[in-house]
Amino acid sequence: MAEATAAIHGEHEETSTGLNNRKLLMWAFLGSDCMFFASLIATYVVYQGKSLKGPFPEDVFSIPITSVSTFVLLMSSMSMVLAYAALRQGSVKSFRIWIFSTAILGMTFLGFQVFEFRDFVHEGLTLKTNLFGTTFFTLTGFHGAHVTLGVIWLLSLGFHSFKGGITPDNHLDVDLAALYWHFVDVVWIIIFTVVYLFGVFPGIN
Amino acid sequence: MTTISLPIPKRPVHPTGVWSWITTVDHKRIGILYGVTAFIMFMTGGLEAMYIRAQLARPGQDLVSPEVYNQLFTMHGTTMIFLAIMPMGAAFFNYMIPLQIGARDVAFPRLNAFSYWTFLFGALMLNLSWVLGGAPNAGWFGYAPLTSSAFNPGDGIDFWILSLQILGIASLAAAFNFVVTIINMRAPGMLLMRMPLFTWMTLITSFLLILAFPVITVALIQLMFDRQFGSNFFLPAAGASPVLWQHLFWIFGHPEVYILILPAMGIVSEIIPTFSKKPIFGYPVVVLSGLVIAFMGWMVWSHHMFTVGLGPVANSVFALTTMAIAVPTGVKIFNWIATMWRGSIDFKTAMLFAVGFIWLFIIGGLSGVMHSSAASDAQQQDTYFIVAHLHYVLFGGSIMALLAGIYYWFPKFTGRLMNETLGKINFWLVFIAMNITFFPMHFTGLNGMPRRIYTYDSGMGWDLWNAVSSAGAFMLGAGMLLFLYNAITSARSGEVASADPWDGRTLEWTISSPPPEYNFEQIPTVQGRDPFWAQKYEGVAMVPVAGGSGENGGHSIHLPQPSYWPFVASIGIFIGGFGVLYINAASWIGVAVAVIGALITMIAVYAWSLEPVNDPDDGAAH
Repeated sequence: MAEATAAIHGEHEETSTGLNNRKLLMWAFLGSDCMFFASLIATYVVYQGKSLKGPFPEDVFSIPITSVSTFVLLMSSMSMVLAYAALRQGSVKSFRIWIFSTAILGMTFLGFQVFEFRDFVHEGLTLKTNLFGTTFFTLTGFHGAHVTLGVIWLLSLGFHSFKGGITPDNHLDVDLAALYWHFVDVVWIIIFTVVYLFGVFPGIN
Repeated sequence: MTTISLPIPKRPVHPTGVWSWITTVDHKRIGILYGVTAFIMFMTGGLEAMYIRAQLARPGQDLVSPEVYNQLFTMHGTTMIFLAIMPMGAAFFNYMIPLQIGARDVAFPRLNAFSYWTFLFGALMLNLSWVLGGAPNAGWFGYAPLTSSAFNPGDGIDFWILSLQILGIASLAAAFNFVVTIINMRAPGMLLMRMPLFTWMTLITSFLLILAFPVITVALIQLMFDRQFGSNFFLPAAGASPVLWQHLFWIFGHPEVYILILPAMGIVSEIIPTFSKKPIFGYPVVVLSGLVIAFMGWMVWSHHMFTVGLGPVANSVFALTTMAIAVPTGVKIFNWIATMWRGSIDFKTAMLFAVGFIWLFIIGGLSGVMHSSAASDAQQQDTYFIVAHLHYVLFGGSIMALLAGIYYWFPKFTGRLMNETLGKINFWLVFIAMNITFFPMHFTGLNGMPRRIYTYDSGMGWDLWNAVSSAGAFMLGAGMLLFLYNAITSARSGEVASADPWDGRTLEWTISSPPPEYNFEQIPTVQGRDPFWAQKYEGVAMVPVAGGSGENGGHSIHLPQPSYWPFVASIGIFIGGFGVLYINAASWIGVAVAVIGALITMIAVYAWSLEPVNDPDDGAAH
């Protein structure tokens, strides 16, 4: 829907609120996605400590490794900001550098996640093992799916820019992807706190 | 605008015929598609109800087996809620909202087409279960672990899960669209507090959809993972909570109840002022009570679970919030009555249905307040008393108001009036039959008849009232057939309608019936509430917006052009859904089909993104 409203209402045409239609749509979608993750996180929290057999969170989590991948994802938000800023300042070239950096950082995060999942399966934790495995893989898996979609979106924008599809005039196309990307990042901060940090300090539960 | 060098097929240009409907992005055509599909689904759900009533007409019958009976009531409930009432509401959103706010289309016309096709494929998938291994059979709220594969093998529940997921995508896409449309596409001067009440209730309903549907999505994902991939969400043997599903379902399910009733309230709030020749009494209060209902709708879900054993504190809290939510609902009823008070009332069929709605909704509301007392609810839970209550609010409430809306806006849809004589017979038949069907269920329920039993013994004291209910149900079926006959004959040869047959108050009556493709030749500037009434009787003219591109009889208006891609994206979802459905049975084939479906959707989304809404070079639009 990249050019959806641009053509029909034009970026010049006024809306009742002055907000762009597509931006409002994105906010509505993110509101909906909040409820999606809230339901998954609530299920995780309700089942925290209810697994009848191991492995338990403290058996498998490696906080240093996940801290690194969390840092990588946070940095990707920064490069996303830089990509958008570069485009606003008219430099498609540095936009391209930063948008691909963001995608690479996102893929690095996904690589960490694949590594971590493989490691957990090695230690005997799968979707079927216990309630922890069930809720952990579902929650982080759906977050990973969101990151994957985001990476595809970022790469599409990057390649589209080679065809002249991304210009300072349609910075909104990038703005929307940035909103989504930051949202997915914020969700990870909550997951890292609730799942990982609370998981290895059982006293908090 | 970008230059694109991808091999994209040419834009569809089909002014008429099947392809013009498949590729349409016109909100009016999509509204008609929604309405026709929803009515077919309504008749299907009605047929299922007829089977149920035939089976229960006398004690000890075996017209249908217990297994089929379970499928019938599950499909009846699921069909009526997700495939009949919700999309009938969506039909009105689509057709009326742009007309009521003075817009030429919705904010995202192609997304709108996508919503409809996805809804259609979801409906198709659910009903294909009848011939592909058995329909779902665990009730419309599908309680887990009853629905887990240990207790419910077979594909029925998988069909139920995946079709509800697909329908959820359709509802969410539509809700995003209407939130943006109503917030952003209003004509100049159409402030929020000047919007027609139907538009207001649509906005509130859309917000409820946006926030409630993700919760059922997650619940369904968890159930699907349990069934297909062996996870433990609802497996008590692994320590899982047996009430997690109930909480997630009803956190969605109670807002869903208001998703079903708020559009109905909006329709009635349009009809009663029009036929009373008075503005709505207490407009701000009607808006506010709608908002309060939507907000409080999130705080009452556990009243569906009073007999689960959540404890006295939880039960007391939810009893109090449930009693409290009756207040804003009651406020609306007083507003409608006060609107009619000393009005010059014209009892056209639409008005009869609207007033009938008030009566029946009050009865359903009163039995609702009775359930709100947790102690009293313990006697009523899962009896026919509940069945009576929910049919008074959903048939007496939602369906009566939707029928009122069809009689009211039919001239705008078709350019012809529905036959009033048949309409009045239709109203009295439906009104009387509805009460004969559902009122006796209060008695059978209080006499202890559980819901969802496929038969009962004679001598329980339930024989008479069950026979009466069944007789009423067949009368009701006749009433709906009469409605169908009236609608079809009126659409073909009814009296030709003027632009404003009811002396209306809102913008949709300022344009011809049916409206031109571009709706408004000149976008009007709105000066207050009920702008058309003010223009007709108070001399407050609506000035056309300068530069509204309405010159040459609308020929310079650029409308969004038809597109193939929403339809293709929906097909991909349909195919992918079938893949996921059979992952368990035929593992690698299922995965392959799911991947193919996902690829089709993805290609369609890319093509859609790169396709401008209308090609500046192509003058075919208008």
